[in-house]
Amino acid sequence: MARRLPIGGTEAWLLAVILLICVCLSLTTETFLTLVNAFDLLNYSAVNLIFAAGLLVVLIAGGIDISFAVGASVVQYLVVITLMQIGGGNWAVGISLAILFGAALGAINAALIYHFRIISIVVTIATFNLFFGLLMFFSGGVSLYLLPDWLSSRVILFEHETSFGWAEITLPVAVMVAVLVATWALLNRLSIGRQLFAMGDNPEAARRLGINIGAMHYLAYCWLGACAGIAGLMQAHYAREVVPNALYGRELEVLAAVVLGGARLGGGRGTLLGAVLGLALISITQNGLNLLGISPYAFRMIVGAIILVAISMSSDTFAVLREKVRRHRATGRAEGTA
Amino acid sequence: MDDTARSGDTLLLKLEHVSKRFGGVQALDDVAFEVHPGEVLCLAGENGSGKSTLIKTISGVHQPDPGAVMEWRGETLGSMDPASARGIGIQVIWQDLALFPHMSVAENIAFERNLGARPTVVDYATMRREADAILSRLGVEIDLDAPVSSLSIARRQLVAIARALVADAALIFMDEPTASLSRAETEALIDIVRRLSYEGIAVVFVSHRLAEVLDICSRVTVLRDGKLVGTYPTEGMTQTRLTELMTGATFDYETHTSRATDGTPILETERLGRAGEYEDVSLSIAPGEIVGLTGRLGSGRTELALSIFGMTPPDRGRILLEGRPLRLGSNRDAIDAGIAYVSEDRLSLGLVQDQPIEDNVVVTVLDRLLGSAGLLSPARKAEVADDWIARLKVKIGQPSDAVSTLSGGNQQRIVLAKWLATRPKLLILDSPTVGVDVGARAGIFDIVDGLAREGMAILLISDETPEVYFNADRVLHMRDGRIVETFRPDAMALDDMEAAVHG
Repeated sequence: MARRLPIGGTEAWLLAVILLICVCLSLTTETFLTLVNAFDLLNYSAVNLIFAAGLLVVLIAGGIDISFAVGASVVQYLVVITLMQIGGGNWAVGISLAILFGAALGAINAALIYHFRIISIVVTIATFNLFFGLLMFFSGGVSLYLLPDWLSSRVILFEHETSFGWAEITLPVAVMVAVLVATWALLNRLSIGRQLFAMGDNPEAARRLGINIGAMHYLAYCWLGACAGIAGLMQAHYAREVVPNALYGRELEVLAAVVLGGARLGGGRGTLLGAVLGLALISITQNGLNLLGISPYAFRMIVGAIILVAISMSSDTFAVLREKVRRHRATGRAEGTA
Repeated sequence: MDDTARSGDTLLLKLEHVSKRFGGVQALDDVAFEVHPGEVLCLAGENGSGKSTLIKTISGVHQPDPGAVMEWRGETLGSMDPASARGIGIQVIWQDLALFPHMSVAENIAFERNLGARPTVVDYATMRREADAILSRLGVEIDLDAPVSSLSIARRQLVAIARALVADAALIFMDEPTASLSRAETEALIDIVRRLSYEGIAVVFVSHRLAEVLDICSRVTVLRDGKLVGTYPTEGMTQTRLTELMTGATFDYETHTSRATDGTPILETERLGRAGEYEDVSLSIAPGEIVGLTGRLGSGRTELALSIFGMTPPDRGRILLEGRPLRLGSNRDAIDAGIAYVSEDRLSLGLVQDQPIEDNVVVTVLDRLLGSAGLLSPARKAEVADDWIARLKVKIGQPSDAVSTLSGGNQQRIVLAKWLATRPKLLILDSPTVGVDVGARAGIFDIVDGLAREGMAILLISDETPEVYFNADRVLHMRDGRIVETFRPDAMALDDMEAAVHG
């Protein structure tokens, strides 16, 4: 038997590409390879990584969700308004509320998808518009600047002074690590996580084995909802304000990163490491373009190209290409001998 | 019977008065069914006879209608769901195997451990150990860490059997387990079934390959139209008798009578080859001739057919149609030249399941159905569709019903109709009866015979030797991409041909 790599092919590829980009950026810019930049990148990416962990769970279960980013904006508003009502609260209350509201929005998606048997992409495009529309309608598009003090003051977990300034790791990074660990445990260490994989891999077989398909839907979408709620709170903390359209559009960026990381649209396959690397690749690219002084408009274009390349480079495509090359050679030989 | 009471004590499963109605369809009608511990029983019946519904009822997927009596080891069973059925030792190996393709072999086999109502921590080491133990008990070696999607169908089946055994099965249903296996693989499977039976595990075998059924099972229970026909010992049972019981009709089996086949051959190939698929294939088919092409899976049969149909270009050699060299850039060229191809994978490739029957029939000839202003004429469409539906005696509700409402045999007729509408000179039939009932097969071959009599050349591809033996004028035997022998069914016995191909 061939020895298997400790990590899958997609992850190995991503790692190689990320290293290549890092080397290039280190050589072409002065600031890329500094602790300050690395930590900034980490602080900034924490929110997206929390989104990615949640989305991965839904993709593995065979669904898709477009609504989670605007859902996170809704949660930001609900949490901040509730906190102000109860007189401020603290981190524990804030995070609990974010999880609660987020999971509730996820449950709406799960209920529509499972009980009404509507395709997940259709449901979540609808709820995407619904959530965003309701948010804009009731907020009147007005941002919230008055946040509880604990929420708007930065929590620095680690700092170090360098010649480029202070390098800091802030609270969102710790929360992100906690969410990743919890998601990893769910997907790989808990029986219900394996049932999620099973449902995404072969829904009919899962049903025949007696897996509770309804419960699995709620688990997946509520998990993503809760992650999105936490991510929303972290984004509000990082930005020190709640802007209704701050997260609008984030869903595609995260979806692209998770798919780039090898999660299969259609379910049953995907790894947390892949999702993290996929997101890292996109964040580092964005960061690099920034440092190189290239127009931010180029970013979307490049992300699009990366995704196309990544999807075309899947193993199936390779097999087709190999076959074509083989055939071409065979024909060449045949004509040569004739 | 005088020994009812005695045998009643030892029965593993006893069913009486089991009925199941889905809307307007009586899928099961007052069926009785018994299984003894450790026996190998066959459940026979045509598609739609209620076999699957019966299995689903016993395994808890469906609830029987009120009035049913179900006993397990002498005790009455209440309402069941799949989990409780598995809990008492009833396992089903579905035809599609119901495995998780992206998961490892070990996890698939031991997935039962992950099914508890309460979330638990996954114990990969124990799962691996369990899977390993079961596979050694079956006497097979499969890489435990390989994803199931990387295995052959035969090996996936072993994984499914292993999964059933992990759960301490006392009764295993195998739904058409041999449908996609080669003969050697089938024999290996039968060995395993015997081994299970020896260990005291009862196996109910659902198969349409009657020879196999009679070989392996001690008793056969026959269903027809949702009703029990009866349960018979297989000793002394013949394939012909079993077919009659399943279909309620009698058939005569005779080899095909050769017709005069002079004139320019419709199809000729000259030393056709395609790297890695087939080599040096020269054959010819005369007008009105039915030529069989058989060989094991992977012998290059289908690949050759795809090249003749213009889907994959050959690397060397020539294809001639009515004596003229054919240059096929795509299957469109082949269709225009008068070649039709009825694919092996009827359900996924041959028909658009959700579309109306009539639209499926005319899809190959849309350009001939244009009315005024170049728009599709509904009247012409209906005319062509109705004509073929009548000629092929397809049983349908309305031409506007979806194809998915039809039975397997009728769907296959629609595929035929679709290609016959192009009025082909050469018809390639690739495994035309996969998934089609014994009774419906005869009907399809009657149609094929009629087409040959009208002068059509027919290439019949099948891995079921009897199919080519009984229906072709000549049979070409393909092995490792080459045609190694030509048989004449009227001059040899079926068993000899079978031995030459599969022996």
